[in-house]
Amino acid sequence: MSNAVAIADARANRTGHQIYAGRARAIIERSLIALRSSTWVPVATGFVEPVLYLLAFGYGMGELIGNVTLGDRAVDYTVFIAPGLLAASAMNGAIYDSTWNVFFKLNESKLYQGMLATPLGPLDVALGEIVWALFRGLSYSIAFMLITAPLGLVPSWGALLAIPAAVLIAFGFASFGMAITSYFKTYQQMGLINIALLPMFLFSGSLYPISVYPDWLELTIKLLPTWHGIELTRDIWFGIIDFSSLSHLSYFLVMIVLGLFFTTRRLRDLFMR
Amino acid sequence: MSETLISARGLTKRYGDFTAVDAIDFDVAKGESFGLLGPNGAGKSTTMRIIAATSQRTSGTITILGRDPEEHGPQIRAHLGVVPQQDNLDTELTVSENLFIYGRYFGLGKKFIRNKIYELLEFAQLEEKRDVKVDTLSGGMKRRLTIARALVSEPDILMLDEPTTGLDPQARHILWDRLFRLKEIGVTLVITTHFMDEAEQLCDRLVVMDKGKIMAEGSPLELIKTHSTKEVLEVRFGSDRNKEIAPSLRAICSRMEELPDRILMYVEDGEALLEEILNRKLHPTTSLVRRSSLEDVFLRLTGRTLIE
Amino acid sequence: MNAGIDVARVRSIGALYVAESRISAMLKWKGIIAIVAIGNPLFYLIAIGIGVGVLVDENSGTSGTGGVEYITFIAPALLASAAITAALDEAMFPVIEGFKWRKLFYAMNATPITGPQIALGVFIAALMRVVFTVICYWAVLIAFGVISVAQSWDVIPVTIFAAGAFAAIIMAITAKVKNDDYFMTILGRLIVMPMFLFSGTFFPLNTMPTFLQPIGWISPLWHATELGRHFSYGYSLSAMMLAIHFAFLLALLIGGFALANRTFTTRLTR
Repeated sequence: MSNAVAIADARANRTGHQIYAGRARAIIERSLIALRSSTWVPVATGFVEPVLYLLAFGYGMGELIGNVTLGDRAVDYTVFIAPGLLAASAMNGAIYDSTWNVFFKLNESKLYQGMLATPLGPLDVALGEIVWALFRGLSYSIAFMLITAPLGLVPSWGALLAIPAAVLIAFGFASFGMAITSYFKTYQQMGLINIALLPMFLFSGSLYPISVYPDWLELTIKLLPTWHGIELTRDIWFGIIDFSSLSHLSYFLVMIVLGLFFTTRRLRDLFMR
Repeated sequence: MSETLISARGLTKRYGDFTAVDAIDFDVAKGESFGLLGPNGAGKSTTMRIIAATSQRTSGTITILGRDPEEHGPQIRAHLGVVPQQDNLDTELTVSENLFIYGRYFGLGKKFIRNKIYELLEFAQLEEKRDVKVDTLSGGMKRRLTIARALVSEPDILMLDEPTTGLDPQARHILWDRLFRLKEIGVTLVITTHFMDEAEQLCDRLVVMDKGKIMAEGSPLELIKTHSTKEVLEVRFGSDRNKEIAPSLRAICSRMEELPDRILMYVEDGEALLEEILNRKLHPTTSLVRRSSLEDVFLRLTGRTLIE
Repeated sequence: MNAGIDVARVRSIGALYVAESRISAMLKWKGIIAIVAIGNPLFYLIAIGIGVGVLVDENSGTSGTGGVEYITFIAPALLASAAITAALDEAMFPVIEGFKWRKLFYAMNATPITGPQIALGVFIAALMRVVFTVICYWAVLIAFGVISVAQSWDVIPVTIFAAGAFAAIIMAITAKVKNDDYFMTILGRLIVMPMFLFSGTFFPLNTMPTFLQPIGWISPLWHATELGRHFSYGYSLSAMMLAIHFAFLLALLIGGFALANRTFTTRLTR
């Protein structure tokens, strides 16, 4: 009897053994090898965008804007946008890996088909890919922190908690992004994702307080995940933790669970039905 | 009688109103090289996916190594090496990284796989390509790598879906040679193909499939003996005249197939028949006498050619 | 055998056949193209123009933007950047696709159509997309009352010209690329994004630290934006600066075409 068989047989009686082989780490290992071999360029350049926004808006717009009122205090515009851009940074990492990258592996290279021909299950694949996207979000937020701290934009040690928050945000986006992507069949549909991301970023309150808008628009914005991500990070950044911070947290927990559920289901329907 | 590895009874797969696999029965014995021959859309690939525990049957039963894929999918897949119709190699990785990570998907140890890689690269004749990205490989090399990849877990059954489709003749022969070696060391092969020469070369036993059904079963030789004649005379009179002349040919040959470009005449002695045709002053533009092949068996069973 | 092919005719208008095939490929994306053409200006105007605009106008009034409201200040810049983005899409993807992914250019070149004709055809199609985008954007600006029809119609041809110049140079660069693995990622993240942010789009170039200003000088978007401001709301430019902006863009157009023609020919005949 070969090794592979013994390993698979050991799990035969566990609940859910059909969808999870307990080896999501093999998928992460694959991403690490691919990073070394080829994907380091998009990974390394992925965090540049929020940093550029910070420089342009912070140092260019800052001249025109000066201070922004946040609660009962006035903060320098550059400090105001920094946490929002940290959240955007984490989202960027997670979204790229879980949308276009996943689309390519599903439809062009048929990579998931190959993985699922082994004893791996759809939950291994979903979890492995999502956790990888989360790693990427984590490294971007750490890099962003390393750039903003010397510039004096990080107000206190407590703001370091924005990093775990960014991981949660990345997890939410990765999980939900992969679920949506798994239902898309054409490049045109994928184009819609790009289109949807632009207003989600612009209206998220990263660059200005959304209170400038009429109530209906403000309420709509408050339904968007980007807004919750940016608010959560900003709350932590400035140490204003309250009940609303908790609601942002739960928003992402729900996103994670829904995303994992639908991704697993869709992969099973696509490759194992 | 050797051990039965795969056994299907009344196996059926429907997609909505369309029946892809229609109540088929077959068995595959250990060490055997078993083929599914049929044109595109016959239901071969669907059958393969059900065996590979990556597609669920609609009705009927199937056991692979005594287990039901619906209950034991992952355990069954651990026994199999799968070579899909279209290569799905990892284009972001090199040749050896492809082999390595595939082994990891099975949960195999790193040391075990590293040793295995040498053996597999040698088998696939890819030693010199070990560190190049897979998209720089030729079609034949990719195919050999996909087969090597399927062997990393030392499977009991190797599943090959159209292994040589799209390859040039030389690459096909290299691939067949590799598969022969596997056969010699006792690996059970399940192969789908729409090439009759491939089926004749590689399969000990095969089923002929059409429209989801099994039309016939046996060794290539048995099938030819049962469903065709010893020789075939192929004659052409030009596209316009074939139809016109066919009735007069029927008078001298009881079994004929009229194809758009040529007429096939099934007889025991092809040369004699050709002489008879010439005697009757029906001058074909070209003529050819050959042995019967699986192509003729398929034509006989379905009235259609394998490659349309 | 000859299906009545008029070689002379193909030779003279071959570029139009190429453009036709590009436009029919583009039409598969018509939904997306329309959403982008209309959605983009809406999103940016409402988000940046109004959202950030409130902060700017509250704080520094119109002093930082040369005497106009913030939304008026960024409108021509957003118009130029939308036109340039559309030009980028249609000058980059088709060239990679044509040479590498689907090798369509080699198929075209097997007919009497030449390399420079293919380049011209791709360019014409890209320009069509630019024209559509610019007109949609301009209409949204008018609808918002940001600029007036009478005062600003001439911003349309000027912006189209600038985007065309950009398309030519992008086409030439893309044709040079053999290994496209991460070309688009690098171009997008390290060239286009900085260009968008540091070309005086959202704030005057001279409010940026001096060492960052050269990014604007070599950026086609900055030249397009300055011209756009001049022609849409009468932002004052000296005759010399006006000439420099036009000359820079014209040089890109001519240089881009010269390079593209040469690269297309050598790549197709080797």
